[in-house]
Amino acid sequence: MKKRLLAWSGAGVGLLFISAVVCISLGSANLPLSQVWLIILHQIPILGDGIPVTWEESAEQIVMKVRFPRVLLAVLVGACLSLAGAGFQGVLRNPLADPYTMGVASGASVGAAFMFLFGLKYAFLGEWGIPLIAFLTGLGSLWIVLRLAKTEGKLHTERLILSGVIVQAFFGSFVSLMVSLSDKTVNEIVFWMMGSLSFRGWAYSYVLVPYLFIGLLVLLSYARALNLFALGERQAAHMGVQVERTKLIVLLVSTLMTAAAVSIAGIIGFVGLVVPHLVRLLIGPDCRILLPLSTLLGGVYVLWADTLARTLLSPVEIPLGVITAFLGTPFFAYLLKRNRRFKE
Amino acid sequence: MIRSSGLGKSYAGRIVLKDLCFEVEAGEFFGIIGPNGSGKSTLLQIISGLIQADAGEVAIAGRPIGSFSRKELARTVAVLEQEALPPVGFKVREVLEMGRFPYQNWLGEEEQDSAGLIEEIIRLLDLAELQERTLERLSGGEKQRVALGKVLAQNPRILLLDEPTTYLDIGYQIQLMDIVRHWQKKNGVTVVAVLHDLNLASLYCDRMLLLGKGRQVRVGRPNDILRSSLIEGVYGTRPIVLDHPIYHLPQIMLRAGE
Repeated sequence: MKKRLLAWSGAGVGLLFISAVVCISLGSANLPLSQVWLIILHQIPILGDGIPVTWEESAEQIVMKVRFPRVLLAVLVGACLSLAGAGFQGVLRNPLADPYTMGVASGASVGAAFMFLFGLKYAFLGEWGIPLIAFLTGLGSLWIVLRLAKTEGKLHTERLILSGVIVQAFFGSFVSLMVSLSDKTVNEIVFWMMGSLSFRGWAYSYVLVPYLFIGLLVLLSYARALNLFALGERQAAHMGVQVERTKLIVLLVSTLMTAAAVSIAGIIGFVGLVVPHLVRLLIGPDCRILLPLSTLLGGVYVLWADTLARTLLSPVEIPLGVITAFLGTPFFAYLLKRNRRFKE
Repeated sequence: MIRSSGLGKSYAGRIVLKDLCFEVEAGEFFGIIGPNGSGKSTLLQIISGLIQADAGEVAIAGRPIGSFSRKELARTVAVLEQEALPPVGFKVREVLEMGRFPYQNWLGEEEQDSAGLIEEIIRLLDLAELQERTLERLSGGEKQRVALGKVLAQNPRILLLDEPTTYLDIGYQIQLMDIVRHWQKKNGVTVVAVLHDLNLASLYCDRMLLLGKGRQVRVGRPNDILRSSLIEGVYGTRPIVLDHPIYHLPQIMLRAGE
């Protein structure tokens, strides 16, 4: 198990680094790959001092001020959403659960939109305030979805998704209302709602790092319990899992990561659905490997999606949420179909 | 080993179990029988700590069940359920190792090495050829064998079986019960089994508890319980009770209605 974990995470980290460097070099001002490597290496203290500066100042500006922070943010947002999706799927034993399909992302966006529109962006706790409010509204929507979906103490896959749609529509209308009420910030908000990573500096990444780090640690410590969940909640209880506590903590942490990602990048759907499922096809259902690998590959996935978003129709930028929905919905349909066959 | 004193449970005013007083000796094979809705499964769920009794208590080795932590209880009591494992993508060997969960710390490490135990279970249950297969690709009988293996990996002092042979053909039924009895004798494990099949119960149980409408009808050896008048009183059908030609235990033959 340990060997497999190391091998796969090694491959994941490698893929992530290569993708990052390639994506930094892509864009309207084309930078050669070798130059990007050198510029990044140059930033490392001591080691970097030995590298002679052979590039123009503007190239370094583009890499360090524009593209690198954006790439890092894409990776962090993708990692958060993908890990949250894997958490929801594990604890709800539902392959279709994801921050977006469950309505949690929409719930979180209501809180964030509220803060944006009424100029409360930094009203309290600085840049930490928005994720916290988004967390609370996200939690509220999660609670409603679970209440709606539960019949006779059981959560049915289809009902869960249906409840997610209902809650999404409800909270979506809230956000639209807020957008229509405000006049000056409309463009910014609309773009944020569709999911975007443009014009975000380094500071946003700093906000996300602790959420992702804590979320990953907590979920990893529950990885074995989540494996037992796959056999059914009762079986898990018989094997010594504290079922209710595990459910509560995993749901809370997954919602928290969703809220953090949403409040910074808007609604980027289906990441938590597509990535963990692909990882499961690669390595099987073992959460001890599934969770860390979903985190890494979630980063890679959103990184490429964002690179597509900003280069495909350059100089026009496509909203990131449009790209992920475009890739994700066919996948969702396929899973829905397959899931039904599986049950019959 | 297990003592139930004045145990009672009701759901929404409906009495499911009332005033159960019995004891299960250590190392005994104890059966719980009774018609549908007589409260057998509820009793088993109380003993496994999944639900709590309203009245009275169950004590294991002198300690009330409520005083056990979840993991401690899982090291003491393991449960084999009637529905087999779900068709998930875990390999047989991984499922067996899951049984070790109550012995692991939060890093997934164990104080003792359990590899020997797992190997022993794989041999006993003849799972060597299946161990790299995933659950999705097993038959019902094979899955139930894996479920038993996982329960044995928990290495419990008490093994609870909840109608474990319901979905199995007669060959698999006998195989499963034989394995359980072998393990029981070898490791001095106490077995408490809810069984639907009275003939099977007679062959394997040292003693049994007959439940009717949530009340304790009688506790005793198969010869004392499987009597046609007693069975008729609880099940509402009068069977013919015969003597098993080899084991000299009561076996039941049913009579069709007029």
